[in-house]
Amino acid sequence: MKKMLPMTSAILTNKFERRTFVLGMGQATVGVMLAARLGYLSVAENEKYRAASESNRVNLTLIPPRRGWVLDRNGAALASNRADFRVDLIPDRVVDADATLGTLAPLLGLTADKIGDIKDKLDKARGFQPVEVASNLDWEKFAAVSVRLPELPGVIPQRGYSRFYPTGPSVGHLVGYVGPASADDYERERNPLLITPGFKIGKDGLEKHFETRLRGVPGARRVEATASGRVVRDLGTREDVPGKPIQLTINGPLQDYAARRIGLESGSVVVMDCQTGDVLAMVSMPSFDPNSFSDGIGRIEWKMLSEDDHVPLRNKVLRGLYPPGSTVKPMVALSFLEAGLDPNASVNCAGGLRVGNRVFHCWNHRGHGTTDMAKGIYQSCDVYFYHFAQQIGMDIIATMARRLGLGQEFAMPYPGQSYGTVPDPAWKKRKYKSDWALYDTVNATIGQGYMLVNPLQQAVMASRIASGLELSPRLLLDRHAPQPRSMGFRQEHLDYIHAAMNEVVNGRGTAGKARIPVEGVQMAGKTGTAQVVGLNIGNGKGGLWKHRDHGHFICFAPFDKPRYACAVVVEHGGGSGAAYPIARDVMTFLFDPGKAMQVLEDFEKQWGGDVRQRMTTKYNAYAAQYGASAPKAPDEAQAAEEVAADNKPAPEPSAAQTDAASPAPEPDPATISPPDAAASAAPPAPAPSPSPTTRP
Amino acid sequence: MQRAYIPQAIARQPWRVILPLTALVVFGSMVLYSAAGGHFQPWAVTHVARFFVFLVMAGLIARVPQDWFKRSALPIYGVLCVLLVLVELIGGIGGGSQRWLNLGFMTLQPSELMKPGIVLVLAWFYSVLPVGEVNGWRAIAPAVLLLGLPAGLVMLQPDLGTGLAISFGAVVMMFLAGLPLRLFIGGLAAAAVAAPIAFFTLLHDYQRKRVLVFMDPESDPLGSGYHITQSKIAIGSGGFLGKGFGHGSQSHLDYLPEAHTDFVFATMAEEWGMLGGLFVLFVFAVVMHWGLKVASNAPDRFSRLLAAGMTTTIFFYVCINLMMVMGLAPVVGIPLPFMSHGGSSMMTNMICIGTIMAVDRWSRRSGTGLL
Repeated sequence: MKKMLPMTSAILTNKFERRTFVLGMGQATVGVMLAARLGYLSVAENEKYRAASESNRVNLTLIPPRRGWVLDRNGAALASNRADFRVDLIPDRVVDADATLGTLAPLLGLTADKIGDIKDKLDKARGFQPVEVASNLDWEKFAAVSVRLPELPGVIPQRGYSRFYPTGPSVGHLVGYVGPASADDYERERNPLLITPGFKIGKDGLEKHFETRLRGVPGARRVEATASGRVVRDLGTREDVPGKPIQLTINGPLQDYAARRIGLESGSVVVMDCQTGDVLAMVSMPSFDPNSFSDGIGRIEWKMLSEDDHVPLRNKVLRGLYPPGSTVKPMVALSFLEAGLDPNASVNCAGGLRVGNRVFHCWNHRGHGTTDMAKGIYQSCDVYFYHFAQQIGMDIIATMARRLGLGQEFAMPYPGQSYGTVPDPAWKKRKYKSDWALYDTVNATIGQGYMLVNPLQQAVMASRIASGLELSPRLLLDRHAPQPRSMGFRQEHLDYIHAAMNEVVNGRGTAGKARIPVEGVQMAGKTGTAQVVGLNIGNGKGGLWKHRDHGHFICFAPFDKPRYACAVVVEHGGGSGAAYPIARDVMTFLFDPGKAMQVLEDFEKQWGGDVRQRMTTKYNAYAAQYGASAPKAPDEAQAAEEVAADNKPAPEPSAAQTDAASPAPEPDPATISPPDAAASAAPPAPAPSPSPTTRP
Repeated sequence: MQRAYIPQAIARQPWRVILPLTALVVFGSMVLYSAAGGHFQPWAVTHVARFFVFLVMAGLIARVPQDWFKRSALPIYGVLCVLLVLVELIGGIGGGSQRWLNLGFMTLQPSELMKPGIVLVLAWFYSVLPVGEVNGWRAIAPAVLLLGLPAGLVMLQPDLGTGLAISFGAVVMMFLAGLPLRLFIGGLAAAAVAAPIAFFTLLHDYQRKRVLVFMDPESDPLGSGYHITQSKIAIGSGGFLGKGFGHGSQSHLDYLPEAHTDFVFATMAEEWGMLGGLFVLFVFAVVMHWGLKVASNAPDRFSRLLAAGMTTTIFFYVCINLMMVMGLAPVVGIPLPFMSHGGSSMMTNMICIGTIMAVDRWSRRSGTGLL
């Protein structure tokens, strides 16, 4: 306890003075502390804060590099860049997405489904990922958005370059497409370029495979900008370094022609150079327009593509597997020749071959009469091949199939290729633990049963038979590539096969109307029809589209001095009659483009315009019918997954086959009657047949 | 002497504080000129104009006799409390927090006026309190009541900064009035215990967030930490001599928020560097020193407490604002006296200055009387 002094005024005054002194000292201490803090911030930490202030002041904007071009063999662009105006949204900076889109919609003429797509993307995008609103704008629209920027935070109008595919759908599967980088891409690469508005990354095909080569180095623009992003002044610009181009072996006009010529069918065309193996055309139709994919896949587009039973998203050249049907017969014949069989050795075809107590039918139940090897090929007689295949044996045939490229894996720059199957006894033992049976040979020699190939392999087979060279498909142009080696076949064997194949088209064969209308150029070929369902379900010619036979045709020209080889597959075309007219016109285009174009233009009048016109019509119909009500498109990853699932080849049957497939009522029904009468019985081909200029 | 030629009314003015203050205001006006992108409008001119208007007002306050101060202390306090309640009611009707009363010709912020108001009423209270009661509860309870009512009302608004300013002024008044030291030590201890509890129960979410962000501003560089971070960048990048008049990128490019009000010191330090900062600190030191000196020389208990309290009020403004802009205190909306643009704070501070000038005048009168 303190002693209780009587409190007086004097004591209080004294106390006040002491405490005021303490207070003053306290204030002085605070003052010194503040001064020290000031010194610490502005002198000791000056470097750090100066840098921070500079990074505030100076805004570095990346300029997306111009992508390297994709060129065809003659230097024409398959994919280029064009200057355009575009508008993007940065989700992070958008204050009210609905209001912003509400303002933008009338300015840019956005439709309800487009707005739906943009909203989907905004929902999915991470905050910093730009979302494309519109591209390829004209100056008026671009300017209209630019002047209203102050009320549109997060909206970025800019001029730049966008990817342009002059022939659109024709190169969709060949070149692939570009699109904005996904969150996963950014996760993987951590490159600020990936989240720069306007930058696109390769999403599929060559665009994806050659991404590093095509990308280039971004430019940069340094500006002084306010906190809200308003540019105060330019501090300098560094130009971008465009990506390096890639030159393909593709012949651009031919690629486009083939794509258009497939028309309404679902099919693929591969054209190869018989001297080098260069792939001149590689088409899978129907396709998608890579130009409209670059801003992401819209809901209407997705609905349209995913509902199409012609599977436009599948690259059928590399991912489609088909029983090759009778197109294997020249290959089988060549294996017979190389095994020492006399080509003049004949069998009598009475419409079937009896082995033991079983009869294996020829496609022509009335029989071909006496049939040697040449007739076996040009009349596609099954009995001839049944008979000699039993003598020669499956192993020799399978070996030849593999030598000619069936089942072979080619190093093409595309993911997820399917390579098919060339069956032989060892394979069957391994796979099904059962022995090779007679009917397996029967099936395999006519390209059915377990045998599955893709159209590229068929083209390789055609080119190897045509040239006798060990050609491999090449997609990147290399003028100094080593000369391909010889396959080691005897030339007279090849000549024999060539002559027989020439007969198919230019003689008594199954594809008389495939003759090409060019003086002095004769095309050799071989038809093939592969059954999709058993004869008990449908006859393969009409009925449900899904049940019709696949049509095949392999060919090369000129037959006596092979220059180009070609393979055509038409899914559910109802037989080879759907395939060889396409092959004929595509080959014609190589020798006389004018004539070929004329034929195509006549067709396109009946089909409702060229590929792009038809796609636009279809799109508009879908847009009118579904509008914004179409379910939203899946994001990139999902879409890729669905496409991949779609692309998976039909799994090999888990149980071994137990019988011979009855051969499809082969080739051209016209040829069922004797060849000289063929002209009178034109088949009801799904695609209207061209004018009969090719008839003899 | 030269003094003889100068009218006494002018010679009597405390020029040793008016001149530095004027220099500070003009300097502040230059900073505002630069912050406006090199324009006198909208801030620089009104800033100087207001200062001179309020300087005249301060001169008038200085001429008010002590009696008037004493007699009006309680009524003024009462009116201010009524106004605070009124603000609360109107705010309640209007929805959301409101700190202003619209009088038609001007907006009045009663909480702002309460800062000198609490000092005045407590100075009066302790001057009328019998000397012997200083150690008893009679010295504490009424003072706590006098403080509690307005502080509570202001905190309700909610305006934490002003509430703290009022409380700080009142506590310093009690300290100087000679209340037992153990009260303050005990109070400090109690505050240390109560602060964490108050932090989790009394504070609003946004206030709590501010405190948390203050602890670690970089944790939220784009949110509430933004203010502190950008202010430190502005001050730090200025260096010793600054970036030069009109060359502050932080303020000109809008990175610094509130560049002309609460963060005006950062705007200044960016362009004038540490040197400018030391000048500002120096002027405030002069003002504080003058204020406490006037208090020490004052003739009676009322005027002593009044002068010291007014000085403390200004000090609290300066101290909290500078600590805030330099990242030593959480962001609370307290402007920097004589530099921040804003009429209310200028008025409050000039009332404080005027009151100190009045005390100065009384002491001189009694001084001359002794001569």
